[in-house]
Amino acid sequence: MRDVAIVSFAQLPSVKTIVAADEPELVQPVTSEAMKQIGLTQDDIGFTCSGSTDYLPGRPFSFVAAVDGLKAVPPIRESHVEMDGAFALFEAWVRLLHGDIDTALVFSFGKCSLGPVPAVLNLQNDPYYVQPLGLDAISAAALQAQAMIDASMASERDFAEIAARNRRNAIDNPNAHIKGDFSIDAMLDEPYLSSPIRKSFCSPLSDSAAAIVLAAGDAARKLVKRPAWIRGIDHRTEPHALGQRDLTTSPSAKLAAEKAGVGKGKVDIAELHAPFAHQEIILRQAMGLDDDVKVNPSGGALAANSLMTAGLIRFGEAANRILSGDADRAVAHTTSGACLQQNLVAVLEGE
Amino acid sequence: MAEHCAVIGIGQTKHSESRRDLSIPGLVRDAALRALQDADMTWKDIDSIVIGTAPDMFEGVMMPELWLSDALGAAGKPIFRVHTAGSVGGSTAVVASHLVQAGVHEKVLTMAFEKQSEANAMWALSPAIPFQPQLVAGAGGYFAPLIRSYIRRSNAHPDTGCMVAVKDREHGCLNPNAHLHLKMTLEQVKAAPMLWDPIRYSETCPSSDGAVAMVLVNDKHAKRVKNPAWVKGTSVRTERTFFAGRDQVNPAAGKLCAKDVYDQAGITNPLKDIDCAEVYVPFSWFEPMWLENLGFAEEGTGWKMTMEGKTKLGSEMPWNMSGGVMCTNPIGASGMLRFAEAARQVRGTAEQHQVDGAKVALGHAYGGGSQFFAAWIVSSER
Repeated sequence: MRDVAIVSFAQLPSVKTIVAADEPELVQPVTSEAMKQIGLTQDDIGFTCSGSTDYLPGRPFSFVAAVDGLKAVPPIRESHVEMDGAFALFEAWVRLLHGDIDTALVFSFGKCSLGPVPAVLNLQNDPYYVQPLGLDAISAAALQAQAMIDASMASERDFAEIAARNRRNAIDNPNAHIKGDFSIDAMLDEPYLSSPIRKSFCSPLSDSAAAIVLAAGDAARKLVKRPAWIRGIDHRTEPHALGQRDLTTSPSAKLAAEKAGVGKGKVDIAELHAPFAHQEIILRQAMGLDDDVKVNPSGGALAANSLMTAGLIRFGEAANRILSGDADRAVAHTTSGACLQQNLVAVLEGE
Repeated sequence: MAEHCAVIGIGQTKHSESRRDLSIPGLVRDAALRALQDADMTWKDIDSIVIGTAPDMFEGVMMPELWLSDALGAAGKPIFRVHTAGSVGGSTAVVASHLVQAGVHEKVLTMAFEKQSEANAMWALSPAIPFQPQLVAGAGGYFAPLIRSYIRRSNAHPDTGCMVAVKDREHGCLNPNAHLHLKMTLEQVKAAPMLWDPIRYSETCPSSDGAVAMVLVNDKHAKRVKNPAWVKGTSVRTERTFFAGRDQVNPAAGKLCAKDVYDQAGITNPLKDIDCAEVYVPFSWFEPMWLENLGFAEEGTGWKMTMEGKTKLGSEMPWNMSGGVMCTNPIGASGMLRFAEAARQVRGTAEQHQVDGAKVALGHAYGGGSQFFAAWIVSSER
């Protein structure tokens, strides 16, 4: 298989509201910045792929407008996934394996400020039997967190410590939305949103956009000194019905990590997409990441969570640490669906 | 490219206005099971699933592949969701074929669906967008001015669109899975009410419930069947909605997509080198427009081919043997139905609407306001 690497990454700072920006206004700044970093323009790009969902702006075909943020004249090879941008990166990786083109542009965008996101995520459920119950994203996550407590896997204090650590890590991240030194005791005094989940155990709801450029083989080496090579990448899903799963584990993350080869070497850092604090524990266990691994140096999704973009940002943040030489081997992860139903894992390495 | 890719299983539901007998999971499972059976496979044989559908908003389920994982036996496997507007069925098949060609997976189940009876597609397609004038009601409102422009430019015979409707409905009568089984005379088509001038009611596609699935495999597994359809070329092209000089009647993206896929398949003259084509024609007039856009006719002359009956089954260049989108339109699946029907032709399994001796076929899909294009060429020979 051909070697493919991440060679550049750009993001808009995650904030509560990016005021009055439509799709082209989100997409144009990040895609042009990602290309500019390595001296490319859209004319140099072989394939373009994006990830977003119509349910954030609340209208069909919202990605169509995003194309107008690109220089798609003359027409380009382009595709779109109704998934996190990290899955668009997966499609672009597959496309580059063909060998006829050497570069791909991947981007995603999401504005959580446009609607009531936890309630919108109820619409991911079975429409006949579950949606009418009103199970939103936080309630579903609460079932999972409670199952962990019942299984004596973790306590609420553990959840608070994870939230505090992620937001402390984010202090150095200019793009993070929620950052700082937060008191664990103060967190544990917050009222429950849905027992045992408190507000601080949840990721914020952010607006952002992100873009990554992939390049293959020598093209990557020409563009940057130290490409972040994708050594393995795989994604897996689990049954949708929560009742069919042991919510305290993530067999799909475990399998995807195995297929991506996470265990084949020492992992320096991992960027895990855990929208709720307790999920970081499940993901670490599933992927076999021990205490030496620095998890979420960027602050992770608990510090910045633009839906559909938070996963691609994990890939970008992990890649940046390889590109800069701060890490030799990194894990990047993205999840989708209630209670970590679907997971995408990649191993990135420097040369 | 590490591997060749072949279609060895094809399945589709019976399409109709409302499949009240099937839930959405039931619909996708029905098509998938038929494709597996055709490939002589079971769920266990499948490495990976690639699913496409048009806006999730039609059915009110966000990212429905999460929910449909259970019906598709996806637990423990990768499931991937493509969405590229109306071309999605085509783009989805292209993504699936790339997984095989790149050597990532050996046996991929790809499928697409729409259950329009649980939605109102026309109004879902007519959203009020802040700061933009709301100009259209449904897709016909968008496309009618383009068709008028085509007629003005090419000086086409005014009956051309009606002729396409008569022909596609005649073909649809030969396809037991088609939604519409309507035998209509030219006079009947012409007598139908005008919806969006020059598009009559009889010249529009229906709203359907339906799903289609294909099993795509590499060389090793292609031997399972005696008649695989080999994927000889795939292409996608996208252009912007707004740019100076954009020609929506004969879009640059469509031309480039066709050229790309022909180059890959070694096709120099589509009229000679291709035996038949399933092309996305949701409004009758798009047949002559796409005949030109895809290089089957010189610019301004596509309508003559239609008027002379050359695109009929049994004639020199059959288009939409299955009855096409004009007879069956589960939007998210309509593109993949074109790709699948092209593969059926070269496999020789198209039954009553089979083109005798078809060896090379084109499958085509487009979407949005003609910004998104996907195509593949399939052949009975590797």
